Amino acid sequence: MSYCLFCHQSYSETWSWAALFGLNAEPLLCQSCSAKLELIKGEICRICGRSFSLFPEQYRQGDFCYDCIRWEEDEEWTGVLQQNRSLYVYNDFLKEVIAKIKYRGDAELFKAFSPVMTSTFKSFTRSALLVPIPLSEERQYERGFNQAEIFAQSLTRNVYPLLKRVTHEEKQSKKTRKDRMAKKNNPFLITDEDSIKNKSILLIDDVYTTGSTLRYAAKVLKDAGADQISSITLAR
Amino acid sequence: MRFVSYFLNDYLTVVPETLVGNPELKLVPFGELPELESQPLNSSYDYDEKLQQILYGKMLLFDELHIPLEIIHEHYENGFVMYNKGVKKNKYGWQCNRCNNEKDHLFASFSCFRCKSEKCVYCRNCIMMGRVSMCTPLLSWTGPEVEQIEENQLVWEGELSAGQKTASDRFVEQVGKSGELLIWAVCGAGKTEVLFHGIEKALKLGLRVCIATPRTDVVLELAPRLKKAFPTTLIASYYGGSDERETPAQLVLSTTHQLYRFKQAFNLMIVDEVDAFPYSYDKTLQHAVSTSTRTDALRLYLSATPSRKMKKEVTQNKLPCVKIPIRFHGFPLPVPKIVWSGEWKKRLEKGKLPPAFLRWVKSQAASERRAMIFVPSVTIIDHVTQFIRKQVEVTVDSVHAEDPLRKEKVVRFRQGDIQLLVTTTILERGVTVPFLDVAIFGTDHEVFSESALVQMAGRAGRSKNDHDGQVLFFHYGKSLSMLSAIKHIREMNKEAGF
Repeated sequence: MSYCLFCHQSYSETWSWAALFGLNAEPLLCQSCSAKLELIKGEICRICGRSFSLFPEQYRQGDFCYDCIRWEEDEEWTGVLQQNRSLYVYNDFLKEVIAKIKYRGDAELFKAFSPVMTSTFKSFTRSALLVPIPLSEERQYERGFNQAEIFAQSLTRNVYPLLKRVTHEEKQSKKTRKDRMAKKNNPFLITDEDSIKNKSILLIDDVYTTGSTLRYAAKVLKDAGADQISSITLAR
Repeated sequence: MRFVSYFLNDYLTVVPETLVGNPELKLVPFGELPELESQPLNSSYDYDEKLQQILYGKMLLFDELHIPLEIIHEHYENGFVMYNKGVKKNKYGWQCNRCNNEKDHLFASFSCFRCKSEKCVYCRNCIMMGRVSMCTPLLSWTGPEVEQIEENQLVWEGELSAGQKTASDRFVEQVGKSGELLIWAVCGAGKTEVLFHGIEKALKLGLRVCIATPRTDVVLELAPRLKKAFPTTLIASYYGGSDERETPAQLVLSTTHQLYRFKQAFNLMIVDEVDAFPYSYDKTLQHAVSTSTRTDALRLYLSATPSRKMKKEVTQNKLPCVKIPIRFHGFPLPVPKIVWSGEWKKRLEKGKLPPAFLRWVKSQAASERRAMIFVPSVTIIDHVTQFIRKQVEVTVDSVHAEDPLRKEKVVRFRQGDIQLLVTTTILERGVTVPFLDVAIFGTDHEVFSESALVQMAGRAGRSKNDHDGQVLFFHYGKSLSMLSAIKHIREMNKEAGF
């Protein structure tokens, strides 16, 4: 018998030969909690990785979503973020889970996702430097940890914290899309320029909302000479 | 957090990292420090009264006090505030000092930026109230007590029924003494009024009083009633998201979960619905009730359906008890009628309702009386509702625990916009709607315990003008719980002299 990492209820795993021989990764959420997670499947935007089935057809043009086209049309941002891939739809349940991790500080909950993340993104993580999106010093002290870093560490042992966040600005989640796009000063700095020259970088974050955080991080890396920058997030 | 520790006049003293000027001093994670003792009290220190009011009788985190660290630390140096361990190790494993959780699977660790330790252990049981970890001190007040200067006056002018009066008198007599008392009152006996005189006496004696209940709804419903009855008393409500936590109240209304925050605070603790989930099930909540009260406190328990264990303690004379077997309006409890409705599960699978049940729904629709229909599980709630909607012309809706419109639907039901409300056991307690009948669908199902059935039957006939509501148990074979529930209700009526 195990306890669900999220709702703490005890549950028994479904019976199977694989489980009996210990071949399956131990599920960490109970059936009713894991049923509330929605994997991103089917047709997705080629850049940001969002599922086309979940938003109105008029915001789609070919293989791209309207948001990404707007970014790409702006010369300054063309090709900065090569692609993003996310595992789950950022639905009400996942919002609750991520809020519990970030705002209540329950770091352990990330473990529920790491087996699926590791296997899904194996091909991405093998060939690139993993760089977590940093928090500002003050925010990280307040929270005690950086969720993106924990998340990156659950994917691979080699995590490169090459970015630094300088300004302690308002929380992203309290801003509108327009505010975020208009942000003049890029909050990110590179700590070690030499180690990123001509490298492929894989940025790691918990949520892709408007894509501006990831694009700002990608921008400083690109300007400093990185070759390709893509990203993965838990939720989209 | 990390601290610098040193000896000052033979006292071990600590200073938080951010207040240390000298970068060469050795910083130690709070969890690695020995158990601290409070500093000698400097009685000439001019302490912050606001901090005293917020912290007195509680254990809080730095993050919960919106007061600068240096001010709090100054109170520590002068012996007014104590830094207690958050999570500590005991013989068997970890223990949370706030909620007393000792379950292994409810602890985890993370690489902590505050104490720089790779494995900072934290409690996952009470994390919704802010993280308690090895390196977070829990603050308590060690200075002088808050003095209650308000005049306390009860201005309630209602009259108690004979049953209520017996219980009220017994309660008043016990106030000021220590020990326990159970008030076993039938659903609709009017428990709140029974409390008024006892609370008044306690407040006048300068005692600190708490009413704890398992559910937020009850806190919200009770708060205005108490504020009206005790207009000059400082009253604060505590529930997830409440904003009265900084009021220096003498009378506190709280959900049982919020009691985790209190330590040694109350002289009179009233536990409402002592048999209800999750209180009856979660050991840490029971522990919260005992640590939030003083050792010499009086604990009053309220219940319509005490657990078997409590009833046993009553018969063995270990737990003093006073019963109110009669409702405040003086009429007997409606006794449930049992109605055979065949194999209801199979009928539902075929997309039909049992004929006996359908007949009742039709007659109920024609009578224009409201009814609550309890079903055994969330999965069948929609089926039952749809089938009724299809076959009978009546306003019907359903509500379950995770329904986002739960509150609105209950309000609409109360107003009469919904005639039939299909629900699970979540509404078994607390909802009082006049002119109401009750039907239980699939009463033989194992989720319906004796106490659940008594509570559901207790929804009917609550008003003086409609004391004889109907209660129907639709079943496919009588269960033991059904029979015990009916026996329970009959015995209460007999005791009341009917």
